[in-house]
Amino acid sequence: MAQDLYRRPAPGQHPPHRVDAYKSTPGRSPRKPAVALPQTLSEITGPRLLGERLVVHGRVLDEDGKPVPKALVEIWQCNAAGRYHHPGDQHDAPLDPNFYGGGRARADDEGAYQFVTIKPGAYPWKNHHNAWRPAHIHFSLFGPAFATRLITQMYFPNDPLLAFDPIYNSVPEGARSRLQASFDLEATRPEWALAYRFDIVLRGRNAIPMEDEHG
Amino acid sequence: MADGLTPSQTIGPFYWGTLVSSYRADLAPLGVAGERIELALTLRDAEGAIISDGLLEIWQANSHGRYNHPEDRRNLPLDAGFEGFGRASTDATGTARFATVRPGPVPWPHGGMQGGGLQAPHINVSVFARGVLNRLATRLYFDGDPALAGDPVLKLVDPARRGTLLAKRDAEGVWCLPIHIGGAHETVFFDG
Ligand SMILES: [Fe+3]
Repeated sequence: MAQDLYRRPAPGQHPPHRVDAYKSTPGRSPRKPAVALPQTLSEITGPRLLGERLVVHGRVLDEDGKPVPKALVEIWQCNAAGRYHHPGDQHDAPLDPNFYGGGRARADDEGAYQFVTIKPGAYPWKNHHNAWRPAHIHFSLFGPAFATRLITQMYFPNDPLLAFDPIYNSVPEGARSRLQASFDLEATRPEWALAYRFDIVLRGRNAIPMEDEHG
Repeated sequence: MADGLTPSQTIGPFYWGTLVSSYRADLAPLGVAGERIELALTLRDAEGAIISDGLLEIWQANSHGRYNHPEDRRNLPLDAGFEGFGRASTDATGTARFATVRPGPVPWPHGGMQGGGLQAPHINVSVFARGVLNRLATRLYFDGDPALAGDPVLKLVDPARRGTLLAKRDAEGVWCLPIHIGGAHETVFFDG
């Protein structure tokens, strides 16, 4: 018999089905041993995300370049076909049942965060004739205070749709490029995923503290 | 990447399910000290039309007037289970609902050595929506609060517009605040 593609778990790694101290298990555990099944195509295939796999990573910093440690980073995006997993999105593009499109991560002590996702597609949005949003990932950040709250969007370099997008171009020209991620060859994973780097800069603190403190 | 702040962009219409999955946020589990209140914040555009895809966030001190944050170093109690942050979507009527406790007063730190004094109890509000490119920050004050008269922030606001920051109690006791993004009743927004 051909060898199985995936190793069988060695005994003693998963819990047994039945653990009497956990009172829900006696009534919800098979009594008979599972039938040993040689792995076939049915076992060694499974659902995959559609689209180009990406590592999106970067650092959350303040205006002095100091990391914002433990920053909460939330993202949401459409799938590779340009469709959001959202009832309000009526764009005639396929939904990917395996792609929900939302993510949440806590940056580390150096403000570094990372997501593995797929490249979002462009989508039409009816703002004007033939209006298409450039591929983008929505980002939500808090930073340390009410005053530092930021919601923004990350774009991809060299996207021809950027020139025509009124949302991207709402940002003054000199600041626009800060919303573009940069291709990061170092962070790519060979044979598996491309990578982009997107650093986020939140409001910094003045050197001088507030004039006096009460209480 | 260039130096400088990361610019703000609109939240768009499709944040639901990632940032929030509820039209109501409960900030105060049972046992948290203070007067329990409910808020209904209704978002309208410059024409007065309902905004049903907005996101509202609130940030407030607890009933003792203490913020749950390291910058608030005053010797006032912190309440277990009360962070003071809430996030809710607006529904088909443009309304986002919160259940919380009425905040206490917090200090006004400006005005020199003898300045100071207290701000009237208030709740800080962030407004996000499709078509809103930058976060809009406003405040909710409580109509009828005697502390309103001396509030140093309200004094910064044109008296004719102060009413846009005052929540009023409805027949059920819910504190209701319409938030108008533009129009004749445009809400006062702050750039703190
Ligand atoms: Fe979008």
